[in-house]
Amino acid sequence: MQKEILIAGFGGQGVLFAGQVLAYAAMDTGHEVTWIPSYGPEMRGGTANCTVVIADEEIGSPLVQYPPAVVALNLPSFDKYEALVQPGGVLVVNQSMVDRKAQRDDITVLYIPGNEMAEACGNRRLLNMVMTGALLAAFPVMSLDEAKTALKAHLPAKHQKLIPNNFAAMDKGYETAKEQLGRNQ
Amino acid sequence: MPRELLKGNVAMAEAAIRAGLEAYFGYPITPQTEILEHFSKRLPELGRAFVQAESEVAAINMIYGAACTGARVMGSSSSPGVSLMMEGLSYIAGTEIPTVLINVMRGGPGLGNIAPSQGDYFQAVYGGGHGDYPRIVLAPSTVQEAIDLTVLSFDLAEKYRTVVILIADGSIGQMMEPAELPEMRPVNRVDWPWATNGAIGRERRILSSIYIDPNEEEITNLRLFERWKEIQKNEVRYKEYYCDDADFVVVGFGTAGRVALSSVRAARQQGIKVGLLRPVSLSPFPYQVLDELSKRVQAFLVVEMNMGQMLNDVLMATKGRVPVEFHGRPGGVVPFPDEILAEIQRVATTKLSVAPDPRHAWYDRMLAMTK
Repeated sequence: MQKEILIAGFGGQGVLFAGQVLAYAAMDTGHEVTWIPSYGPEMRGGTANCTVVIADEEIGSPLVQYPPAVVALNLPSFDKYEALVQPGGVLVVNQSMVDRKAQRDDITVLYIPGNEMAEACGNRRLLNMVMTGALLAAFPVMSLDEAKTALKAHLPAKHQKLIPNNFAAMDKGYETAKEQLGRNQ
Repeated sequence: MPRELLKGNVAMAEAAIRAGLEAYFGYPITPQTEILEHFSKRLPELGRAFVQAESEVAAINMIYGAACTGARVMGSSSSPGVSLMMEGLSYIAGTEIPTVLINVMRGGPGLGNIAPSQGDYFQAVYGGGHGDYPRIVLAPSTVQEAIDLTVLSFDLAEKYRTVVILIADGSIGQMMEPAELPEMRPVNRVDWPWATNGAIGRERRILSSIYIDPNEEEITNLRLFERWKEIQKNEVRYKEYYCDDADFVVVGFGTAGRVALSSVRAARQQGIKVGLLRPVSLSPFPYQVLDELSKRVQAFLVVEMNMGQMLNDVLMATKGRVPVEFHGRPGGVVPFPDEILAEIQRVATTKLSVAPDPRHAWYDRMLAMTK
């Protein structure tokens, strides 16, 4: 088994941390995993992305050209990665920051109003957890509970008070994605 | 110790601390700054020395001085910064004192960029500072290997009184993987017979790289070679994947090596009998295993993130017995598994001949690919 996830957006949207939550969960459930960020000069105020590879054996490349799952938190990421999602793959779009529909019809596309949902959960910075929940509904590389357990286990003590809101955001994203998937079928 | 999710740069720094590092001297440069950052926090809290020098030139000379005391010391930088350290590194080698240097390579030449690269193979393995001096060069391809090789570097540097250079690249430095750190070893400062650590009550010791009499310098060079022969005999390291029944073998180190592993697995699924040889010690280079492989495989494919540097060593090892093909991505570009897979397919299905310089045919393919 090997699965790859690419998460992309603006710096500050929590792209790198969302990937780390998945990486921690993969490690804690006994898998091999790599997490690699874009660290170029563009991340200073520009776009950021990270790739997470989860596997059962020693991982070769930490990067893939055509990931089976992409989370796009802004329009530049949507523009860049829509064409690169593996056929049959999943593209989770932050609808709050994107004003167009996907052109591909050979992939599953979910439109999640992430900014509004995060604010409804109490903080717009919960966007990344909303989108992580949505991703796991469409791309069950791990259960939502496994991701939650990892978040709780690896969040520093001083941030533990944020856990209930983060869990609520993940649940909201997951439920919204499930509903959309149900409608699409 | 439990597995932790660790960033390569942080993992190497913490591994050095647990191996008994007493002093670090450096200067920030992407993509290795997390090494320095980690030391800046951890070394003072452990009562050990951290100095952010005014330049890489100053840092390497501080390392030189501190290493003369017999303490475990190291430096780290990225390509342009490592170039600045080369004069000092030659003095360290000429003085025959143990030192560990990490180079988290980035795209070059010149100021280049901050993307992952393997462009400093020649500098680390053959070039660098002036004069004839052997050195050990190790190349990790995973975070775990980066930890293990960092710890090993200190032991090897002391055992052979030599410079050990660990070349990683921006990808290894920046990526996170689950890995296990070693137990914290207590600092164990050895009173080496050469260490200049205070001469009260004993004969003075002098450490220097100056031999005004050429005959003495010649003897020094021969002594370094004597040690090098031992290193060649004992310290060759590499990893083989699927080589037992392989008709073709890909050769790649560090990040290029691990990317090629994905390609080799994909090719195996298509029925191509291909293996991977991943040199871990670049100096000493695993000539013998390549020599043996060249007697039974049909062709090699060398994959590097440069213009073909390790390629020279593969050509030397395989003695023109079979074709050696090359695929390189210089300048900070990391190859994807798919493009290496296409190269494996080409090597496996094309009638190849032994070319004096495989870079020429590669260059033509690159032009076609990047157009």
